[in-house]
Amino acid sequence: MKIIVCIKQVPDAKDVRLDPKTNTLSREGVQAIMNPYDRHALEEAVRLKEQHGGTVTVLSMGPPQAEEMLREAVSCGADEAVLVSDRAFAGADTWATTYTLSQAIKKIDDFDLILCGKQAIDGDTAQVGPGLAERLDIPFVAYVRKINDCTASAIRAERLMDDGYDLVEVPLPALFTVVKEINEPRIPSLKGKMRAKKIDITKLTAVDIEADPEQLGLKGSTTQVVKVFSPELKGARAMLVGTADEQVAQLYEKLSPLL
Amino acid sequence: MDYFLSEEQQMIVDVARQITDEMIIPQRSELDETEEYPRDILTAIAKADLYGLYIPEEYGGLGGGCFDIVLALEQFARGCTGVATAFAASALGAYPILISGSDELKQKYMPLIASGEKLAAFALTEANAGSDASGIQTTAVLDGDEWVLNGTKQWITNAGEAQIYTVIAITDKSKGPRGATMFVVEDTDPGFSYGVKEKKLGIRCSSTRELIFKDCRIPKDRVIGRIGMGFITVMKTLDQSRPGIAILGVGLGQGALDEAVNYAKQRVQFGKPIISFQAVQHILADMAIQVEAGRALVYSAAKHIDAHKNDMSKASSMCKVFATDMAMKVTVDAVQVLAGYGYMRDYPVEKMMRDAKILQIYEGTNQIQRNVIGQELNKEYTRSS
Repeated sequence: MKIIVCIKQVPDAKDVRLDPKTNTLSREGVQAIMNPYDRHALEEAVRLKEQHGGTVTVLSMGPPQAEEMLREAVSCGADEAVLVSDRAFAGADTWATTYTLSQAIKKIDDFDLILCGKQAIDGDTAQVGPGLAERLDIPFVAYVRKINDCTASAIRAERLMDDGYDLVEVPLPALFTVVKEINEPRIPSLKGKMRAKKIDITKLTAVDIEADPEQLGLKGSTTQVVKVFSPELKGARAMLVGTADEQVAQLYEKLSPLL
Repeated sequence: MDYFLSEEQQMIVDVARQITDEMIIPQRSELDETEEYPRDILTAIAKADLYGLYIPEEYGGLGGGCFDIVLALEQFARGCTGVATAFAASALGAYPILISGSDELKQKYMPLIASGEKLAAFALTEANAGSDASGIQTTAVLDGDEWVLNGTKQWITNAGEAQIYTVIAITDKSKGPRGATMFVVEDTDPGFSYGVKEKKLGIRCSSTRELIFKDCRIPKDRVIGRIGMGFITVMKTLDQSRPGIAILGVGLGQGALDEAVNYAKQRVQFGKPIISFQAVQHILADMAIQVEAGRALVYSAAKHIDAHKNDMSKASSMCKVFATDMAMKVTVDAVQVLAGYGYMRDYPVEKMMRDAKILQIYEGTNQIQRNVIGQELNKEYTRSS
């Protein structure tokens, strides 16, 4: 089974700060990590490989520094790593990103399953997984919490819903986005780390993936950011006093006009 | 301090540190309370390849030595000496095969131990054979193609959890020190069972039980090395393994120092963090000096052992005594810095203090270690005069 896992380097949520002047994400001095949901996708891919055989290729679109994250993915069990990197990709929204990734995947060509995290913790759109499936014209299942069964031609999985789960079967190739409930990602192994240090990471540019320049980066993006701002923190609050019964009565009085 | 580790050695530290921070530290308090064997942590250690650190590549390991396993153990002990003991016990059980076993025996058992698929345990101690190993009463008698073992081993770490046991038994009482032989016993061998789990002061998540042999029959080819060479294998095993205990003292001492300094920075009395008081600073400074001195000695001893296979006793015993006496003192001091809070189970230092005590006792008491050092000095100075 050949599995591609799409992973993204994101700023560590523990250190996220906004530049008060520009209202953009301040990346200076912030540690870049593998998107946590992608880590679960990678773990699931490695487990599938361990059960059924095959290979796991990690794919990332990002700046040259994303190489470090790809090496980490190799230390956690990925066999191959591909970095799609080009200045032309800068400013891409999810539309342009799915175009770029789909071109790269067409270049890799051979795959049975693509796994992604359900969303990245920086943009939080959850659009790249489904968008990519659409571009590749393959079945898509979101919020996968468990992969039950997998044959050469079909795969059965549980999709987490608000009120339970759906049992879904789709033909392969397919694309799944996974939730964190799917597994507990492993700690890198020593042999994995040694392999990661030595591995040659495949690097692809816009030319290598035969991309249409008009569809890349900011130029190819349909989303235009008009304004980013921090909502003003309003201090209005009221303290209720008295016995519990009195406070309930006061609260009811305040809430009833809103009902 | 920078010990100029190679890139591979730094990787060992990084992997072991991640397991310690993400798995061991969050679970240690509960493991101490429940006394449950840390199976999921040991599985993670196995998956991270660390069970094979000291085992040659031809037997499925990573081909490292004493220093490599010491680096991993230091991290584990910083988190929990009980978990670190459970991990180290498999190496102690494996060393007799590695040191004296035939190639067939190594081929059979080492890859399983290196992958962590099976755990090993070492069985020397008996009710009447502690510091005086010659008091062993377990016997092994050859009957056709099988050895028949009878007797009881006491306080065996990993008992009931391991699948591969290296056991010393008397094969010819008349030959004295040359009358003992080591064997491999498997958990499924007929006539082999375990006693109750001991209740201990510290390292409570590690398993300590009796091994009971009642006409336990094992195939003839399970002899480790030659018949009658059991004690020599035991001594070589302990020389090799003791830095692994010494480093538990260093890791534990470091963990206690970390807790004490972090607490002293936060705890405010008389309007200031207590770290600003010289009385506290001096305790912390002495702790730091001792931990670093212990680390330097254990690292040096481990490197010496990796380079001088025939001259390890003194270095091995010296680092064990120093680092484990240090751990006892440093953990007591950590409780003193945290004072009332330190005495409560809400903070990890009381557990660290309880855990430290065993380090001065097992794998040869620190008094026995001083005997070894004294005898080695006598030999050395006799040779040189």
